Amino acid sequence: MLAFAIRRLTQSLFVLAVMSLLVFLGVYAIGNPIDLLVNPQADEVERARATIALGLDQPIMAQYWTFLTRAASGDLGRSFVYNIPAIQLILDKLPATLELAFVAMVMAIALGIPLGLVAGLKPHSFLGRTIMAGSILGFSLPTFWVGLVLIMVFSVQLGWLPPNGRGETVQVLGIPVSFLTLDGLAHIAMPALNLALFKLSLLVRLTRAGTREALLQDYVKFARAKGLGPRRVIGVHVLKNILIPIVTVIGLELGSVIAFAIVTESIFAWPGTGKLLIDSINQLDRPVIVAYLLVIVGIFIVINFVVDVLYSVLDPRVRLGGAAATH
Amino acid sequence: MSRMFQLALAILFAALPATGALAKEREVAIGLQAAITSIDPHYHNLSPNNSMQLHIFEALIARDPNGKLVPSLATSWKATDDLTWEVKLRKNVKWHDGSPFTADDVVFTLKRIPNVPNSPSSFATFTKPIVDVKVVDSHTLVLKTASPHVLLPSDLASVAIVSKLHGEKATTADYNSGKAAIGTGPYKFSAYVPNQSVVLTANYGHWAGEQPWDKVTFKILSNSAARVAALLSKDVQMIETVPTSDIAKFAKDPNFALADKVSNRVIYVHLWQWSDKSPPYVFTKDGKPLDKNPFKDARVRKALSMAINRDAIAERIMEKKAVPAAQLLADSFYGTSKKLKPAKYDPEGAKKLLAEAGYPNGFAMTIHGTNNRYINDDKIAQAIAQFYSRAGIDAKVETMPSSVYFSKATAGEYGYMLLGWGTESNEQGSSLRSLLATRDTDKGMGVNNRGRYSNPAMDQQLTQALVTMDEKKREGMIQQAAEIAMNDTGLIPIHYEVSTWATAKGFKYTPRTDQYTLAMDLKPTTR
Amino acid sequence: MAATAHEPAIASAPAEDEQSPWRRFAAEFFESRLALLGLAMLVVVIVVAVAAPFISPQNPYDLAQLDVMDSKLAPGDRSAGSGKAYWLGTDDQGRDMLSGIFYGLRTSLTVGVASTLLALAIGLVLGLAAAYFGGWTDAVIMRVADIQLSFPAILIALILLAVLGQGVDKIIAALVTVQWAYYARTVRSSALVERQKEYVEAAKVLALSQPRIVFRHLLPNCLPPLIVVATVQVAHAISLEATLSFLGLGLPITEPSLGLLISNGFQYLLSGKYWISFYPGLALLLTIVAINLVADQLRDVLNPRLKR
Repeated sequence: MLAFAIRRLTQSLFVLAVMSLLVFLGVYAIGNPIDLLVNPQADEVERARATIALGLDQPIMAQYWTFLTRAASGDLGRSFVYNIPAIQLILDKLPATLELAFVAMVMAIALGIPLGLVAGLKPHSFLGRTIMAGSILGFSLPTFWVGLVLIMVFSVQLGWLPPNGRGETVQVLGIPVSFLTLDGLAHIAMPALNLALFKLSLLVRLTRAGTREALLQDYVKFARAKGLGPRRVIGVHVLKNILIPIVTVIGLELGSVIAFAIVTESIFAWPGTGKLLIDSINQLDRPVIVAYLLVIVGIFIVINFVVDVLYSVLDPRVRLGGAAATH
Repeated sequence: MSRMFQLALAILFAALPATGALAKEREVAIGLQAAITSIDPHYHNLSPNNSMQLHIFEALIARDPNGKLVPSLATSWKATDDLTWEVKLRKNVKWHDGSPFTADDVVFTLKRIPNVPNSPSSFATFTKPIVDVKVVDSHTLVLKTASPHVLLPSDLASVAIVSKLHGEKATTADYNSGKAAIGTGPYKFSAYVPNQSVVLTANYGHWAGEQPWDKVTFKILSNSAARVAALLSKDVQMIETVPTSDIAKFAKDPNFALADKVSNRVIYVHLWQWSDKSPPYVFTKDGKPLDKNPFKDARVRKALSMAINRDAIAERIMEKKAVPAAQLLADSFYGTSKKLKPAKYDPEGAKKLLAEAGYPNGFAMTIHGTNNRYINDDKIAQAIAQFYSRAGIDAKVETMPSSVYFSKATAGEYGYMLLGWGTESNEQGSSLRSLLATRDTDKGMGVNNRGRYSNPAMDQQLTQALVTMDEKKREGMIQQAAEIAMNDTGLIPIHYEVSTWATAKGFKYTPRTDQYTLAMDLKPTTR
Repeated sequence: MAATAHEPAIASAPAEDEQSPWRRFAAEFFESRLALLGLAMLVVVIVVAVAAPFISPQNPYDLAQLDVMDSKLAPGDRSAGSGKAYWLGTDDQGRDMLSGIFYGLRTSLTVGVASTLLALAIGLVLGLAAAYFGGWTDAVIMRVADIQLSFPAILIALILLAVLGQGVDKIIAALVTVQWAYYARTVRSSALVERQKEYVEAAKVLALSQPRIVFRHLLPNCLPPLIVVATVQVAHAISLEATLSFLGLGLPITEPSLGLLISNGFQYLLSGKYWISFYPGLALLLTIVAINLVADQLRDVLNPRLKR
């Protein structure tokens, strides 16, 4: 276990270094931030000054080296646009995004797994078919379109929910959260639903597929033959069998929800990191993009680690760290 | 138990609307399109910032909604000779903390501006011409420039004055936190969250009198649909940059009002004239490079201009919120020539001109433009391509985010470039100088001349105009320079953008040419 | 459900049957009327997509055939110039929506299917390799996948746009780059479980060649969850393309896909000109429903473990 964790950590550091290099080269390939930052009315002298002030006069690899050496001491640079340490900018926005992601994920899991179980246990029933057909709706329309329709209906027409922003927050362990206040819930409901729809459909379908297969496995049949009640059969044997793919997908999706709620956040003006990222990309605010991706990779690594540990808990046949030993 | 509950509910409901209405009476929320990147007024020279800082800080000279220079912290200014300006400051002006405003604050501001660390776009552009500042008395200053600089008052209007007392050791972060954001403006700083919101409260002691709002909240709603939805659902009372798709709706609905004004931004086309070679993305119809550069031929440039139906673009694409353009600024601005009229739509005439120039079968090219920078930019590009197909030119369209576009356009990688230009000084001389003068960056000429158009006759007129102190004479020279360049189709003007604002019932906005959204110009219509 | 106990067959071929496998497959497939409906819809969609140039009233990709003076006409309105009717209205360039949808369907399907297949192929190979070989191979592939998954699609699309320019092939490249890692991880997770099962051990004992074990035994048993993900992902790819278009990074605006039509019409949603995004949206919805109805049934029929 410890060896596994250490190996993962070293690999991760390597991943972080590669990521940041890719972003440096990528942003360099897209365009020159100076063209976007400097007021067009300014002259060539001012452009040159700004280029030097932001360190963009150095060759790209030299810039990367500077970044690496500073990063080693924990300094990820300052935003070109805001002149605020990039990491601070991101950490200020992160709670809002994490909250949105978790609420969306909880919605998706709470609805998706039961619905998927029903559809899987009774695949040919009317209910089962309706659930399956309904789940298709969840991923056939683009997020931005669904988001605006939600706003049109619930904010503009009915006036029930606020169309944008985050509600009142309260401090929990020093982190501002909004889902504990009524105002906060009203604000988070639509964006979370918007974000949850796709995951919900995916979970319904995965759970159904897994359930159908599990019912045919020998041990489930055996359990049924032994006369175990359906609740126990489903609760223990079926669920256990379908959990591995579901945990994988939840892990993947949780990561992607945290990282790339870009569209939802811009439609609902949710003050999270997704909106920050898209604005930073549009402005080529490289320090923020790099720092953001490093934070995200960090989160992904943690999630993947947890998922891998969960595999071995859920299914003892899976050994941690792959099967290096068997070869 | 249930009785108690009912009672409690009744009290709650009785109490709620009353307190809500009272508290909201003098509060207003405004939806902005672009993020405010700093509260430090000297950090980032960017329109949204410059608009926001005018609430908290003030410049010596202000611009009224029509772009005219009017007194602000200075009551008068005049050139005593070609190189010397005398500025009289307003007396009895107080900073938000109650300390008095004096000449020392101005001196400190001029010193601070070139020295803001990490500034991505400095305000030094405006203060650089000033080589010396003399304090005559606590409310009189004398400014010296190295060469005649007629635009000094206009430059000063872009420079916010900060308090010496609070600014001496202040960093950009101190302004963002509010610690140093002590100005003289009609509103005081209350809160700033990057990329999210700015909250201001009234400065009751302002020298020009009181504002109608106790509290103003600016929300950043970059997505235009989100902005419209916010207004429709009464989450905000005003939005800027109303998407053209919703103009008709707001115009019809009695619950909303529209305000608009022709802006100082022109949408135009630069044609690649870097050399005599075939320009990038311009080919014969069977895909071979041309043997010479067609854009160097004034007849081709004119034909490309005549082939565009500007009225159709203004009416169908822009929902009438654009004015067909003949030069770089609308007729009402300084230095514009009344003789110049938008090119008339004439596809047949364009074909004839192209044939004369040696292209009887036209040619093929790609129109490059942005898709997130100007109002309906990608749609304009498509419409232009449509019109060109009627004049025998095969035009493809490639649009992209400005982050990709501008670096490549600046590097001369595109042949036909759709661009926009806002003239912040509101006078045509500076835009001619930047967009059409022969490129010479050491002299600050043609800095944004991405097409590399060059016309010595125009250069000469313009260089003279820039050092002529006599207002009338100078305007005449700028007009002539504009006529020379535009009659030669140095670039192809398409239209002037019209800025739009939509307000909820009970609110009225006085629209501005500089596209700024100012709470000072928003007034209640009732009460 | 009289399923014969079927631990995935190591002795390859399924139980002999007097019926030809194709007929049995068809019979099983058509058991579900929903699937039949889906198949009918899918056939229509594919025919429309293939025949778009012949059945469209207008070539919506040819700017010369558009007239901006006809822009934003409501369904059924007639052209000011030619007098012909636009049955589903026009968009803001005067593009006939019906023709736009036919052509858009073609583009969207191409993008969705091509990118999914390519990503699936890449993900499958790498995912299987990672699970089967473990150790360093696994570590390298999975860390590259980590990098990939944490790299925002919009940034990849922007880089490709800046370096390669615009076009259908570039969008497909971007979508493949975004999606392969997803498949790789999914495949790996199911392969990890399968690898430990008896039949693989048995194959190893029999000293079967490695490719044979991987492709003949591991692969078929990893497929079911993958097919679920892949069918959802065709739809996802199409809507991801729409999202990229929405962010200004998609296809050339003169050659709109369904997604691009929707995102162009998006801004008219609040203004009452619903048809600019409603009809393309409906077309997209029907297409995706059809694909999934067929895919759902295919998966049930093909799954060796659900054989009755």
